Amino acid sequence: MGAVVGTLTLQTRQRRPSNDKFYDDLELSVVCHRPEGLEQLEAQTNFSKKELQVLYRGFKNECPSGVVNEDMFKQIYSQFFPHGDASTYAHYLFNSFDSSQNGSIKFEDFVAALSILLRGTTTEKLQWTFNLYDINRDGYINKEEMTDIVKAIYDMMGRFTYPALKTDTTKQHVDAFFQKMDKNRDGVVTLDEFILSCQEDENIMRSLQLFENVI
Amino acid sequence: MAAGVATWLPFARAAAVGWLPLAKKIMPKPPVDKKSRNDEILFVNVSGLRFQTWKNTLDRYPDTLLGSSEKEFFYNEDTQEYFFDRDPEMFRHILNFYRTGKLHYPRQECVQAFDEELAFYGIVPDIIGDCCMEEYRDRKKENQERLAEDTEAEMGTDTPLPPNSTHRERLWRAFENPHTSTMALVFYYVTGFFIAVSVIANVVETVPCRPLKGSKKDLPCGEKFSLAFFCMDTACVLIFTFEYLMRLFAAPSRCKFMRSVMSVIDVVAIMPYYIGLVMPENEDVSGAFVTLRVFRVFRIFKFSRHSQGLRILGYTLKSCASELGFLLFSLTMAIIIFATVMFYAEKGTKGTNFTSIPASFWYTIVTMTTLGYGDMVPNTIAGKIFGSICSLSGVLVIALPVPVIVSNFSRIYHQNQRADKMRAQQKVRLARIRLAKKGTTNAFLQYKDEGGFHDRDSDNALCLKNKSSFEHQHHHLLHCLEKTTNHEFTDELTFSEMCMTESMGYRTSRSTSISSQQGMSTSCCPRRAKRRAIRLANSTVSVSRGSVQELDTLQVHKSSSGLQSRSSLNARTEDLKLNCEDRDFTAAIISIPTPPANTPDESLPPSPAFPGILRNSRTNFYTHETVKISSL
Repeated sequence: MGAVVGTLTLQTRQRRPSNDKFYDDLELSVVCHRPEGLEQLEAQTNFSKKELQVLYRGFKNECPSGVVNEDMFKQIYSQFFPHGDASTYAHYLFNSFDSSQNGSIKFEDFVAALSILLRGTTTEKLQWTFNLYDINRDGYINKEEMTDIVKAIYDMMGRFTYPALKTDTTKQHVDAFFQKMDKNRDGVVTLDEFILSCQEDENIMRSLQLFENVI
Repeated sequence: MAAGVATWLPFARAAAVGWLPLAKKIMPKPPVDKKSRNDEILFVNVSGLRFQTWKNTLDRYPDTLLGSSEKEFFYNEDTQEYFFDRDPEMFRHILNFYRTGKLHYPRQECVQAFDEELAFYGIVPDIIGDCCMEEYRDRKKENQERLAEDTEAEMGTDTPLPPNSTHRERLWRAFENPHTSTMALVFYYVTGFFIAVSVIANVVETVPCRPLKGSKKDLPCGEKFSLAFFCMDTACVLIFTFEYLMRLFAAPSRCKFMRSVMSVIDVVAIMPYYIGLVMPENEDVSGAFVTLRVFRVFRIFKFSRHSQGLRILGYTLKSCASELGFLLFSLTMAIIIFATVMFYAEKGTKGTNFTSIPASFWYTIVTMTTLGYGDMVPNTIAGKIFGSICSLSGVLVIALPVPVIVSNFSRIYHQNQRADKMRAQQKVRLARIRLAKKGTTNAFLQYKDEGGFHDRDSDNALCLKNKSSFEHQHHHLLHCLEKTTNHEFTDELTFSEMCMTESMGYRTSRSTSISSQQGMSTSCCPRRAKRRAIRLANSTVSVSRGSVQELDTLQVHKSSSGLQSRSSLNARTEDLKLNCEDRDFTAAIISIPTPPANTPDESLPPSPAFPGILRNSRTNFYTHETVKISSL
């Protein structure tokens, strides 16, 4: 009889480790990040206190833990573009927002980028855009990087477009871009070439003012 | 769209700065937001209980009462608050929904009252979060059953078949889900009937019937009516064979099917008959043959296809294998122990039944399961003592694993029920997501149709007012993307028709002088377009469809901007003059034939790029002629 009871307990002991793992995971998931003080952020960015308050309330509501990771970001961004696949572009966007390159966006990164995009000077905006295009952060935009970016943008359009997307649409677009931006025809676009070419183009300059009243 | 998304929209719009250097066209003007940006705290008084919240919180869900302008009807000027004469306890949950985006169901409330509150505030109950959804649904179901309403439809694997499934797939589905078609149902019942007939025949043929005339011995019915039974058996086996072969044919994976339990049962059920046919009437072999006939009883297992409960039972036994194994093991141990003890205790008695330990096994089993046949009884005192210990411990050993098995069965049974419920919920949720997604895409396309891209002056403002500012901004964002890539969003229908006519236009207009058309590749849907083109090669439909550029361009000059679509064509030609270097674009408007023609009195056309074409019987010009005109 004792042997019978013995075999019973043997079987139950095997099942316990899985329970422990569950409690371990529970502890790890509670991670919290708090941003710097309101005055500091106001000094660092071009937003007023009230605007920062509104921004933070929205941010905190969405991400109570205080950080956005890449998957969440992709999911959020994809909701704005239901026609196509926004995940590639979201990935590049995430990398450009994540200044510390640690795989998560904190509120400070979020607000810093918004400050540049909405309240920054044209040079700052163009610099941000250059950083977005320069995927490997080497200071040069080459054709492959540009092709990746343009392809990601066209992916967001989806399949059902008018006129229909052709196989060389991306390539044409990239060539047109390089035609305009690459002044010395060396196959790469540097920051100065980029800023200079954009400043020459009136349309771009005018459009940069469009998004000022987003917040 | 979800509330949280509204928070991120400004961020997504700001990120659109990244498209600017790439943009092929000029960005459109952003919507003017007349509302003041300052957030304010609103007071909501619900039957005396005062709540306060930010205005932004309520604005997250613009299609509910509190999020839309409907709440203005409840505004009390004197006290500067919104007054609702409703249940204040319930309102707490409603307001939490706005705050957190998740709707919870309070378990102590009546589900009917909760539903009424949700209906009043304009919130759809489907949004209830997963944590409370099951409880809510269960309570609602109880409620409805009590009111004798049968709303729960039969879900399950009743998904509609894809339209282009082969006969084989259809056959398999008919076998697996008999209630999908009447034929399948008929077949299902027929096989069930024949299984029953076969089993009953097997049973009845052993019953003793009245003996033949002139003989005293009782004959089993099987031998008396051997021909009748043989015919019945043949018929049943034929049906079973036919069914098995059909299932084998229809199975998507034949190897997997042949290894499945049901298939093995089927084979075992019909093999004895064929073996019996093949084997000669030999005396030696017929002994073995008789044994084979026992396997005919396996036909009763074929009923498990017809009964869900039987399958669950089988599955439970399979999943409780460890408990059953334990039961068997402990019983075996106990039997061996007690049999040995009883044997040695009764060894001395004369004429005892306990002749050996294996012989004692029978006594131990009968005693432990409290059967007590009485064919083997201990005589010595020691034997009786150990015998009583044996029966007591037998009860214990058997009683221990049984609750485990029972609880397993109960768990699996309820899980099965829950799985069905979950599948139903999942379907509804997916359908809702799909609808919402389609809604947003359709909303944008509709927005374009309504000419939302014009500079808004005061008279046009009225018709676009019922869209929230969120939607305005979102549409502006999508419009920016269109301008960046110089392509437009369309829906699937327009796209596929365009593909078809594109390839047609390519074929018919051979003599176009615009070189760009030759460079155009129908990469979108070449195969399908080609197939359709071949089919329609001789019809005049596509020709009349593919032609009417000429009328378009002529109309430009005479247009009175009555149709919004025409005015958008106006805008387009202006753009043409501005961006002369856009080869693509000019090619697009000239060489690509039009999408399906609409008459002006129909509702707005699906894609505003090409306006409503007047359907005219004499329009069978080829594209190349129109090219000449519009190149002016």
